[in-house]
Amino acid sequence: MPTTQELNNIASQVRRDIIRMVTAAQSGHPGGSLSSTDILTALFFSELNHSPQNWSRDGKGNDMFFLSAGHISPVFYSVLARSGYFPVKELATFREFGSRLQGHPSVEAGLPGVYAASGSLGQGLSVAIGAALAKKIEKDPNYVYVLMGDGESEEGQVWEAAAFGAHNKANNLIAITDWNQQQIDGTTEEVFGLGDLEKKWKAFGWNVVVADGHNMDEILAAFKQAKELGAKEEKPVMILMKTNMGKGVDFMEGTCAWHGKAPKPQDAEKALAQLQETLGDY
Amino acid sequence: MGKFTNTGNKDTRSGFGAGLYELGNQNENVVALCADLTGSLKMDAFAKEHPDRFFQAGIAEANMIGVGAGLALNGKIPFVGSFAAFVTGRVYDQIRQSVAYSETNVKIAASHAGITLGEDGATHQILEDLGLMKMLPNMVVINPCDYNQTKAATIAAGNYQGPVYLRFGRPGVPNFTPEDQEFVIGKAVNLIEGKDVTIFATGHLVWEAIQAAELLEQEGISAEVINIHTIKPLDVEAVLNSVAKTKAVVCAEEHFIAGGMGESIASVLAANAPAPVEFVAINDKFGQSGTPAALMKAYGLDAEHIVEAAKKAISRK
Repeated sequence: MPTTQELNNIASQVRRDIIRMVTAAQSGHPGGSLSSTDILTALFFSELNHSPQNWSRDGKGNDMFFLSAGHISPVFYSVLARSGYFPVKELATFREFGSRLQGHPSVEAGLPGVYAASGSLGQGLSVAIGAALAKKIEKDPNYVYVLMGDGESEEGQVWEAAAFGAHNKANNLIAITDWNQQQIDGTTEEVFGLGDLEKKWKAFGWNVVVADGHNMDEILAAFKQAKELGAKEEKPVMILMKTNMGKGVDFMEGTCAWHGKAPKPQDAEKALAQLQETLGDY
Repeated sequence: MGKFTNTGNKDTRSGFGAGLYELGNQNENVVALCADLTGSLKMDAFAKEHPDRFFQAGIAEANMIGVGAGLALNGKIPFVGSFAAFVTGRVYDQIRQSVAYSETNVKIAASHAGITLGEDGATHQILEDLGLMKMLPNMVVINPCDYNQTKAATIAAGNYQGPVYLRFGRPGVPNFTPEDQEFVIGKAVNLIEGKDVTIFATGHLVWEAIQAAELLEQEGISAEVINIHTIKPLDVEAVLNSVAKTKAVVCAEEHFIAGGMGESIASVLAANAPAPVEFVAINDKFGQSGTPAALMKAYGLDAEHIVEAAKKAISRK
């Protein structure tokens, strides 16, 4: 298992990948990618029982991860490549014509690690619950993880899935919300008033864990706690990860301005100066 | 002629229920989900026999489609069922992203399709579902004509790898195709050979087309009747071969003209072998309450209207 320092080093490289990919493509979504970086680094490099080199779409014998918030594909592609699903140099093709790294994750493009397409929000939790129920039928003891944005929980389907997952006792499902409190048009409170997410998920019959989504030890402890809760009670678990949009780049932090905007080369330079190159740029 | 016998009216949804039950016994990977309409879709036999493989989805269709996609990933063969209106238009984006684009092996079971849903009225009478579904890449679209064929189509859909839209209906209709038929997805069935006009029909209109051919024969007109049980992929060869002979076409279906089977056929003909086409279908208006029979007559979806359309198509040659 990598140490906390090693995980933080990987996260720094993933953040560099995000900035470089989005800058090269001059499009994409850096804000949420940066807020989810520590969560996905902990997941892919420490938590998941997975087989990056021998990935198969049926997920048998492995944990499965679903990205529901498909627009944060840069962070997803970086952790997939860096953990061995495909060559790191392929990150250079992000959003290019003919690339497997489509703007939003695609099955048709054939990128290893992508179980289902996402981009239209609110669908990933349902799909993940279906995969979790299939694992139960198969008596496969592995877990299913899904990462959602907090703004995404404005979609009605999320709450259909919440009720269904609890009703069907999907305790092998660990859902994660990147709770950065920002969305395209402003803060989540300004735009839609998400209110008390913790109480909402509990009211829907879920166990809820709240953690600092930028503290590796807390993130890993939250995964551990989620599994313990699932083993104890037949309920799915939601981990609400408190994060900052744009985390790691000072001028991108805490604002919705960089949700879906690519930095100009001079901005990218300023951003990269704040992020240590730890594993070598692609 | 006269070789088709109605062995007794039966609803096509019961054909689906029987097919699903049989499929469930044949293949333990078959699972089913239904959005609070288990009895209406005749899925109760499967649910009772295989409670561990049946999921009550509640009145939450969007989630049901997604859960189906997730189950399919791990090798399950999910049938997700509701009324056609609620498993197409209501959940189009979920089908588009999580089923069609994600290439998940989900079978969408759509009952009470079309105007023959009857008394519930226009909110429930979807007439654009074939169009919605056939526009999606990777989606197979099937609309069988009677109980026996719906049962066979259900089993064929389960054995096919990939997304399928399976459309069937509410009322009892003549059951006339063979009980032991082989259902080949994408292969049209030539029911009656003729030389003056081809009547392409799908779903409940196939029986009406057969009646129309008999009426036309009494007037000395030889009509070919072809059952297009698969709208997509369309049996292009069957369409072109028949029209090469008859050079006049009627397309009959319980659907809007826009997006329907007839539109697919007309498009193939326009590109390859233009011929006059008449449409027996609903033209850009919502349905209303009434008995299935009263509605079929009022909206012109019967043998008499097919006869008139056939004569008109022939006159335009």
